[in-house]
Amino acid sequence: MFYREAGDFKTTYAADNQTFPIAFDRWRYWAVLFVAVFVIPLVINDYWANALLIPFLIYAIAAIGLNILTGYCGQVSLGTGGFMAVGAYATYKLMTAFVWMDMVTITLLSGLITAGVGVLFGLPSLRIKGFYLAVATLAAQFFLVWIFNRVPWFYNYSASGQINAPERMMFGVPVTGPNAEVWVKYLFALGFVIVLSWVARNLTRGSVGRQWMAIRDMDIAAEIIGVNPLKAKLTAFAISSFFVGVSGALLFSIFLGAVEVGEAFGISKSFLVLFMVIIGGLGSIFGSFAGAAFMVLLPVVLKIVGVDMFGWPTDIVQHLQFVIVGGLIVFFLIVEPHGLAQLWRLAKEKLRLWPFPH
Amino acid sequence: MPEQLIFAMEVTLNGLMTGVMYSLVALGFVLIFKASGIFNYAQGVMALFAAMTLVGIQEGRVPFSHLINAIFGTEIYDFGWDVPALLAILLTVLVMVGFAFFVQKVIFKHLVGQEPIILFMATIGLAYFLEGVADLMWGSEIRTLDVGLPQGINLAIDETTFNWFGYGFFIDNLDIVATIVAAVLVAGLVAFAQYTKQGRAMRAVADDHQAALSVGISLNFVWILVWSLAGFVALVAGIMWGAKSGVQFSLSLIALKALPVLMLGGFTSIPGAIVGGLIIGVGEALFEFSVGPLIGGATENWFAYVLALLFLVFRPQGLFGEKIIERV
Repeated sequence: MFYREAGDFKTTYAADNQTFPIAFDRWRYWAVLFVAVFVIPLVINDYWANALLIPFLIYAIAAIGLNILTGYCGQVSLGTGGFMAVGAYATYKLMTAFVWMDMVTITLLSGLITAGVGVLFGLPSLRIKGFYLAVATLAAQFFLVWIFNRVPWFYNYSASGQINAPERMMFGVPVTGPNAEVWVKYLFALGFVIVLSWVARNLTRGSVGRQWMAIRDMDIAAEIIGVNPLKAKLTAFAISSFFVGVSGALLFSIFLGAVEVGEAFGISKSFLVLFMVIIGGLGSIFGSFAGAAFMVLLPVVLKIVGVDMFGWPTDIVQHLQFVIVGGLIVFFLIVEPHGLAQLWRLAKEKLRLWPFPH
Repeated sequence: MPEQLIFAMEVTLNGLMTGVMYSLVALGFVLIFKASGIFNYAQGVMALFAAMTLVGIQEGRVPFSHLINAIFGTEIYDFGWDVPALLAILLTVLVMVGFAFFVQKVIFKHLVGQEPIILFMATIGLAYFLEGVADLMWGSEIRTLDVGLPQGINLAIDETTFNWFGYGFFIDNLDIVATIVAAVLVAGLVAFAQYTKQGRAMRAVADDHQAALSVGISLNFVWILVWSLAGFVALVAGIMWGAKSGVQFSLSLIALKALPVLMLGGFTSIPGAIVGGLIIGVGEALFEFSVGPLIGGATENWFAYVLALLFLVFRPQGLFGEKIIERV
């Protein structure tokens, strides 16, 4: 009834092509933004921020990045953890080498560095396809983690081999380090999420995005109609790695604070982000958010239900968590292989007709 | 002979033996990928699950005892009997066949015709699921696996090489057994695929699903068969690796060691899995021996991948993989 196109007249080409063609969606979008920017920082507390909101925002960026590569360009990557590590270590080196630099610049530069590394490891994609490529990206994962572990220059020769985020100020309040307050961290991450998802949305529907999708759907046919596969694949790797690098940088600087590379950026992180993308929905920006929310929320909910409500021993709950996460992933793939984004699309279709069945 | 060369020879021999162990895991991947196009990430966890089940049965543990105790407040852990190794292996094979039924009926029956990436994700989900089940079923502490395989240094080789070079090579008996078992296993699998009716059906399905279906081969049966075979191979790999380094979580990570072997050998070739395993085993042992100390060691984590990657740039379908023909 309220969710419909009727009466909403589009008079320009731009209006016709907007992201949210339905008025209700536009209002909802601005309402969500308003709540996220102006309401949540006022009411946020440590638990909510650290357990849910900040990891959600950071992983959402990583998921969008991987979705650009896997969902839009069709190149499966299992190296996300390694690229996040590049972002984190680039941030650390920049923070300690250029003390005067502000955090936004540092994070963006870390993204750029990661983009460079991503292009390097993306080069084999010009020759290798499908699962061979997926396994080849594991080379990036293992090699990068190894190099951050073994070359002391990356962790400034610290005895523990860890990297720790020093305190940095922005507008007179600390953003990183132990004294930073959660609402500052939250807003910092949120700013990146809003800007980057806007960029991603507009890239994917522009000519670059259409080239990616052409490559994904059939690379040889795309080449024949004039898409340059070298350019399309490498831009996808570069931009995807930029997003992933920013996400890794934020994960290190504002969320974890101290990082041991094998633990924080191991192969399980690659799978975690891949799960977000698959469960959320391949080739959908909204899906990246939904998937990230789902994967962040799931262990928290399981822990609350298992440990706090039933009072089971933590080790059993932990094992059960594996069973349930695995089971849910398989269940979702069986019920809806196109992810939460597809469920959302179906729901919107139904809503447009509601309350009439046809 | 110069000393370095003799050391290098020993490293090579040991690398070959490790390579055989990698091949054992890679074999399971190839079997399933060939017949159903599923890239089974859960193969490593299957090996862990098989090894844990074997130890659990041997020691007469009660499955899910922790869970039962937590829910009902009981105190049961043991049946109080020991099962002989051979019987325990047979029972474990039965469990793996049951697992194959479960996988096919509950999961992959519903995913027929989906894209390969979706199937791959499903096997990762399966890997998580199985890992949780294995820990719930048998507990997560480290076990030693003993089915009576010989272990320790092989004295005959030690003595012979000492007489030849003045330096005795250290070759583990277990590695020699593993090599023999792997050879027998591959010969058995090839014979099964070539000379039995079920094996022919398996090859037909691997060639073309629809054509196989149209001549009356049951896809369901073949897939269950293939998963059972992969379960059996996982059990063998689990026994070998478990006897070598104990039954623990890290056993499931051998899947990650088998992936570059697959890339190198090609996803669809059984000989490829063997040759790839040998190349990777020797390559990483020699690299760690010669270059490792210069750049900080522990290179075996990534060397195999980089080797396979470089290799693939020149031959994208692997050593023995089917030629990739692309049509628009």
